Amino acid sequence: MPTLTIDGIEVEVEPGTTVLQAAEQAGIEIPRFCYHERLSIAGNCRMCLVEVSPGPPKPAASCALPAGDGMEVKTNTEKVKKFREGVMEFLLINHPLDCPVCDQGGECDLQDQSVAYGEGASRYKEKRRIVEEKYMGPLIRTIMTRCIHCTRCVRFADEVAGVPSLGAIGRGENMQITTYKEQAFASELSGNVVDLCPVGALTSKPYTFKARPWELKNTETIDVHDALGSNIRIDSRGRAVMRALPRIHEEVNEEWISDKTRHAVDGLAKNRLDRPYVKKDGKLQQATWAKAFEVIAKKLKGLDGKQIAGIVGDLCDAESMYAMNTLLKSLGGSVECRQDGSKIGAKHRSGYLFNSGVTGIDEADACLLIGSNPRLESPVLNARLRQRWLTRQCKVANVGPEVDITYKIEQLGDSATILQDILDGKNEFAEVLKSAEKPMLILGQGALNRDDSLVILKLAHDIAEKYGLVTDEWNGFNVLHTAASRVAALDMGLVTDAGIEGILSGAESGDIKVVYNLGADEFDTSRLKKAFVIYQGSHGDEGVRHADVVLPGVAYTEKPATYLNTEGRVQTAQRAIFGPGEAREDWTIFRALSEVLGQSLPFDNIAELRASMANDYPQFAIIDQKPNAEWADFGVAGKVSKDGFKLAITDFYGTNPIARSSETMDECRAAMNGTNQSEGATGTDG
Amino acid sequence: MAVLDHAARTIFLTEFVKGMALTLKYFFKKKVTINYPHEKGPLSPRFRGEHALRRYENGEERCIACKLCEAICPAQAITIEADIKEDGSRRTTRYDIDMTKCIYCGFCQEACPVEAIVEGPNFEYSTETREELLYDKEKLLDNGDRWESQLALNIELDAPYR
Repeated sequence: MPTLTIDGIEVEVEPGTTVLQAAEQAGIEIPRFCYHERLSIAGNCRMCLVEVSPGPPKPAASCALPAGDGMEVKTNTEKVKKFREGVMEFLLINHPLDCPVCDQGGECDLQDQSVAYGEGASRYKEKRRIVEEKYMGPLIRTIMTRCIHCTRCVRFADEVAGVPSLGAIGRGENMQITTYKEQAFASELSGNVVDLCPVGALTSKPYTFKARPWELKNTETIDVHDALGSNIRIDSRGRAVMRALPRIHEEVNEEWISDKTRHAVDGLAKNRLDRPYVKKDGKLQQATWAKAFEVIAKKLKGLDGKQIAGIVGDLCDAESMYAMNTLLKSLGGSVECRQDGSKIGAKHRSGYLFNSGVTGIDEADACLLIGSNPRLESPVLNARLRQRWLTRQCKVANVGPEVDITYKIEQLGDSATILQDILDGKNEFAEVLKSAEKPMLILGQGALNRDDSLVILKLAHDIAEKYGLVTDEWNGFNVLHTAASRVAALDMGLVTDAGIEGILSGAESGDIKVVYNLGADEFDTSRLKKAFVIYQGSHGDEGVRHADVVLPGVAYTEKPATYLNTEGRVQTAQRAIFGPGEAREDWTIFRALSEVLGQSLPFDNIAELRASMANDYPQFAIIDQKPNAEWADFGVAGKVSKDGFKLAITDFYGTNPIARSSETMDECRAAMNGTNQSEGATGTDG
Repeated sequence: MAVLDHAARTIFLTEFVKGMALTLKYFFKKKVTINYPHEKGPLSPRFRGEHALRRYENGEERCIACKLCEAICPAQAITIEADIKEDGSRRTTRYDIDMTKCIYCGFCQEACPVEAIVEGPNFEYSTETREELLYDKEKLLDNGDRWESQLALNIELDAPYR
């Protein structure tokens, strides 16, 4: 292990560490623009110049210089100060000083570093370069004159997003960053280049000129748009969410978030339910809470428990589901969480978790995707799998429809029978799984919403057992969920024998009289017409269409809550803003309703609720740890049908009521469907 | 002697005459009081009076909604909301100053990179109601239009000292 001295501090580092990384370990800051921990090293901004001896008597770019044994590095000398001032002066030659109108102002690396390391004045009097704006889609606003050519965005597109449509054309002063043929940057992770850009060249289009960083309140919370549970920061001003940014969590989302997580937040201000409604004369009419509860109590009176059913949606938090389940159970009813028709059972935890954990992907050396398109179901997780694939140490194969997941995978075919072949050793990929040390499979929701899903589950289980996916220290059996609420709901056993189909047909036949719908909007609610439907949720979406009573709940940014991600990791979200109008936190609605129904729930505040929940389900008390679920036997042996898989997500930008209410998501959908909305369109392009 | 002195001063009313002489002197001297509001005292170009938002000569608002004045305002009297204009430029949709909060420190005009918000020479804007002192963008721009010649002159006069 090389040992080097940086400013008199001796550090011992791993071989292959660069001088800049070594300095970081020694607690010494070296300014940089192009270097980024998660991207390859470019060494083109020259801001990280340091003095190194032994070696040629010239400045060395510390980000690209491997730390060597006995090296002596100096970062605090007069000479280094001069290097930095010189580089800064060059960078600022063509950078317009338009910080007052720049959205990056206040959180700009160039601004900060020119204050810290710049000379304060420029000697440049000649003509400055002006670059015209580029079209990069509906999420990225470009002001390319500000670009300092660090190429972080280009490297992100190539390496992380896997959509190499960004690039640099020209050289020297004429170098320009652009998208190929002025197309939108067609990635689900495109918004991340805005965070990466150290200057204001790439800024967020929907957030243009909306707010300044110093006037925003930052709340650290959890995302619910997919089941990964990305760690995010909600920036709010007053009662409005202005933007969502990623937080670093190495074991979940590193520092990326998907475009939906980042930009669907404008949907939080639209189509909101802000007061209770009760159906009267065939129309939903505004009502008071007391009136709405009275109507519900009247309807529920004298009903048998079997006639009451609950459905929970994809964005629900554990607390509200727990409160709902406790209330409905006390009435004799049951709750169902699989609104997409999934057949997955709640009995064995290892049967529905992403057992290897997200970090397990970093170690896997073979991966079998079954009925899943991770690019749409969890773009950040897909980026991680892609990183693993890029090392050439992990073979990825797909059983399901052919999809572009930004890297080359072996397409085994689109039929569930292939799984039988793999199990019988008749498929070539069986060999790959067998020889792999840490093989994994990812079972998507597309494989779980079929009639023969339990058989597929059994096949996957047997494949896992046969090919060493499950050992003492490794469990490569992974289920990738699409709903943020699903794992918590399954942990609480919110499943019914007949599933969602049982509730819907029960409502049609009249066996089920009352359906309590907690934010479930992803099924055909017209089948509930005959039943009395109570809809509780944040947005006026599919769920309210046939509702008889509407109770306004709050969205995920407006409540302190607990979510379990697809790994089963418990994460707590915080309240960023208060809900609109009379909307209330969901668990408080159940608490208040329980009082009216004479079945008072045994908790008066969220702490009591959480204590009660942790008492019933101890796993909910273990915060932010990947659980190790015990391996069990699940699934039903049988014969699978030849049918192909139907993927769970086809429209990435509209998977939940918040995203569907978002105008930004609509624009994304239009842009990604190939309609180039470039302002430079000529009129002959169709 | 002291008794004689005192007697003489008393008999000849010396102090009385002295006092009246002083009065007479000031009677003929130039007056220091001014006949406000018909007359007004001199003001420094740096005088910090009522706020105004200025425009460029072509009529375009100077303010670019950078929000630096809002950030620096120690009394938090300024409220700004910004948005993108049709031509793509950054402009305020709302620019409010609560004149009852303002302490006339002049930080806003110091912070302004485009000399849009200024404190002008006007100090005669008392109102009958409190609400009238909650200035909005329209009022501030109107102030700017009204006082522009004086504001521009003041900035020019102060320029050598900056």
